[in-house]
Amino acid sequence: MELRARVPEGPIEQKWDSHRFEMKLVNPANKRKYTIIVVGTGLAGGSAAATLAELGYNVKCFCFQDSPRRAHSIAAQGGINAAKNYQNDGDSIYRLFYDTVKGGDFRSREANVYRLAQISVNIIDQCVAQGVPFAREYGGLLANRSFGGAQVSRTFYARGQTGQQLLLGAYQALERQIGKGMVQMYPRTEMLDLVVIDGVARGIVTRNLVTGAIESHAADAVILGSGGYGNVFYLSTNAKGSNATAIWRAYKRGAAFANPCFTQIHPTCIPKSGEYQSKLTLMSESLRNDGRVWVPLKKGDTRSPDTIPAEERDYFLERRYPSFGNLVPRDVASRAAKSICDEGRGVGTTGLGVYLDFASAIERVGEATIRERYGNLFEMYQRITDENPYKVPMRIYPAVHYTMGGLWVDYNLMSTIPGLHVIGEANFSDHGANRLGASALMQGLADGYFIVTNTIADYLATAKLPPVDTSRGEFRDAEAHVAARTKRFLAAKGTRTVDSFHRELGNLMWEYCGMSRTAEGLQTALEKIPKLREEFWRDVNVPGSADTLNQALEKAGRVADFFELAELMCLDALERRESCGGHFREEYRTPDGEALRDDEHFAYVAAWEYAGDGARPVLNKEPLTFDYVHLAQRSYK
Amino acid sequence: MNLTLRVWRQAGPKAPGRMVEYKAADISPEASFLEMMDVVNETLTLRGDEPIAFDHDCREGICGMCSMMINGVAHGPNRGTATCQLHMRSFEDGALIYIEPWRVRAFPVVKDLCVDRSALDRIVAAGGFITAATGGAQDANSVLVSKADADLAMDAAACIGCGACAAACPNGSASLFTGAKISHLGQLPQGQPERYRRALAMVEQHDAEGFGGCTLHGECQLACPKEISIDTIARMHRDFLVGAATTREERSGSGVG
Ligand SMILES: Cc1cc2nc3c(=O)[nH]c(=O)nc-3n(C[C@H](O)[C@H](O)[C@H](O)COP(=O)(O)OP(=O)(O)OC[C@H]3O[C@@H](n4cnc5c(N)ncnc54)[C@H](O)[C@@H]3O)c2cc1C
Ligand code: FES
Repeated sequence: MELRARVPEGPIEQKWDSHRFEMKLVNPANKRKYTIIVVGTGLAGGSAAATLAELGYNVKCFCFQDSPRRAHSIAAQGGINAAKNYQNDGDSIYRLFYDTVKGGDFRSREANVYRLAQISVNIIDQCVAQGVPFAREYGGLLANRSFGGAQVSRTFYARGQTGQQLLLGAYQALERQIGKGMVQMYPRTEMLDLVVIDGVARGIVTRNLVTGAIESHAADAVILGSGGYGNVFYLSTNAKGSNATAIWRAYKRGAAFANPCFTQIHPTCIPKSGEYQSKLTLMSESLRNDGRVWVPLKKGDTRSPDTIPAEERDYFLERRYPSFGNLVPRDVASRAAKSICDEGRGVGTTGLGVYLDFASAIERVGEATIRERYGNLFEMYQRITDENPYKVPMRIYPAVHYTMGGLWVDYNLMSTIPGLHVIGEANFSDHGANRLGASALMQGLADGYFIVTNTIADYLATAKLPPVDTSRGEFRDAEAHVAARTKRFLAAKGTRTVDSFHRELGNLMWEYCGMSRTAEGLQTALEKIPKLREEFWRDVNVPGSADTLNQALEKAGRVADFFELAELMCLDALERRESCGGHFREEYRTPDGEALRDDEHFAYVAAWEYAGDGARPVLNKEPLTFDYVHLAQRSYK
Repeated sequence: MNLTLRVWRQAGPKAPGRMVEYKAADISPEASFLEMMDVVNETLTLRGDEPIAFDHDCREGICGMCSMMINGVAHGPNRGTATCQLHMRSFEDGALIYIEPWRVRAFPVVKDLCVDRSALDRIVAAGGFITAATGGAQDANSVLVSKADADLAMDAAACIGCGACAAACPNGSASLFTGAKISHLGQLPQGQPERYRRALAMVEQHDAEGFGGCTLHGECQLACPKEISIDTIARMHRDFLVGAATTREERSGSGVG
């Protein structure tokens, strides 16, 4: 497989501009002759579908929830970055670019990241025009807060519901186009296969989740904005329905999967409380603006936190990283918390937790201000734990949150299958081995509003696509494949539920492919996963039938794909014999325990190519070069 | 904890439904309501029954997907709390809990506890937006919004579109939902050009979907998981009236030709 990144020539500041000029256009009258499928209505898919329809294309848009407004993006709390420099604190496009490349531990493509930083400013403008109620100062200007991995205040926010407000902006734009008949919306519809004809993506096969009908949809191009795959770990901060099926099916049809092992573990989540636990809840990173992370200095100190005097507390982030303190990037903060708990100094009944304490902030600015900044997060915490964080420190622990890996895409956001574009969390493009806070919303909207909507014209104008419709054999084959899988789930009639398998897989992944990884552990996982998968297919129990709403059946399909993806993640983690960002191999660390990159051998994107069931996937490498941000060990000290 | 549930089971949109009793045994008070439902569903599955279908996704009170009438109250006993944020410690051990879907004419049952709320999307499609095609926006700080207006807009924008307001309303009205969107956008300078048109179009669509009218019972604001105020309904009525009195009808479409 040839990986052509198609990065434009020229200085980095001019690449996107000159590329936009070089690209072919589709004239307005011709746009309506093209049909584009968009899978997903999150920030990425929703903004893309709306914008493409505004431009005049016919759009068919899909989501599995009952309304496009409910995509997982809705849950994002803290904020969205943009290099506006409204605070006059030294920010610039170049600095946002620099922070993102460095934060990603030098495993992303410079040109893409630079473009992202450039577009960030347009996103805020666009969202304000749509009526997104960002936080304001008294004078009426926009307010900002700080996020991890940056020393400037560039994060825009709408209370603790930034994702919701941005998504509602995109959703409203999308509904406007639905109302005009420019977008055909298919809610409660799940894409179960990609259809490739003559080497080009030409459609998808879906299941109507209410009637069970298996249907084909043909198009001139397909865009996947189907989100991340953190739920491979069962417990994560993702919504319950988030899954890898769309990108996994595309992988099996020939799209390369890049850096599958790059997973982000978020440092501030509410710790797990019991076996019945169905998901983990994030406490936004923005809390680290005012919260201080600490544990008791002594092991086994069970005194209530407010009775522990300052000198018997270890503010370990401030101690280890004096210049960034509590605002070190996520991977660094998570590992620090883990190592403290591994030493036996964790708090709470399980010992898997550290304090996030607001006492000093409340003393400094008053409870009312803290309430205004984080009220809904504090409320959420109290609801779940029954503890009042204004009075007692929060207890937090790291949890799986985001996946930097995803389908490989070129500069135009096109995968290795021509015509298949991938946007948002579903692609691998901009965050390298670790994503900085408030950058996913930025990337999703950059991809959807501004990038793919431009680059797709170039594809359509140059591809010379013959007309196809769903009567083609390729659609029949894909439908038959989907129907056979469904039948197999229902026929298994085994003794275990889908969730029990998913939970077991999740535990395996957390143990061997989670916050820290070893060659030995990964090899163990690679032995255990196929066995468990085999048992799953043999012994799973999926009740009900295929022709109604059947949530167990939906889950079974997703978990079956997670099993295969899990294996690829472990393989990728094993192959990457270095530590970088969220990928921490215990064998590769600096004397003081930080991640030790190996740029000589691993400064590449690992793009895995499917080689048939049971065959080892093929590793392709896209070398990464750093012409602007110089390769250096990250330091937040 | 051990609980008895009486749950609405309905195989499909046209099938008759009925309440069926289930036991929920050994439930942790720390578990969420939906985790309790998960446990019940695991048991049902293992004994060969079909699990209870219910909508949910984020499980943190923001996506608006969860939707259960619990003991006759939309989203259950706690104020300002979506079903997914409810924890079992809010119930007594041994309690009998009735669980039903939203019962609103405009929300037909899909299966068991799942209903079809696409009517809400159509209300938004009718006018619940600011027309601002991608690309034409000016610098974000060139629009000044007073903090008070931004905060009021945000209070209304917090709506999660779950439909509890309509489920709680004796008239089956989605006025709180509609009023919240009208207030969110109508409160902001960017929302002014379309303000009255928007209110007219959204209210018309609301009525066309078969939702009832608002007679100010106030049940909606009690049920709303985001505690959105019925002031937004007053605002909706006002903008609707002004709209009806002043705007000339613009029914010729968007003018693209
Ligand atoms: C709790 C939480 C808080 C976060 N906070 C922040 C933050 O403050 N700032 C930040 O920058 N990022 C944050 N993130 C990350 C960010 O929210 C996500 O990365 C981002 O929203 C992903 O957007 P997306 O459009 O790529 O995908 P999603 O929003 O996940 O949307 C996926 C869409 O695809 C559809 N879909 C998926 N599979 C299929 C299929 N097979 N068939 C049909 N449809 C399908 C879904 O229905 C959905 O519409 C947070 C994430 C979490 C979990
Ligand atoms: S499941 Fe999302 S609001 Fe309840």
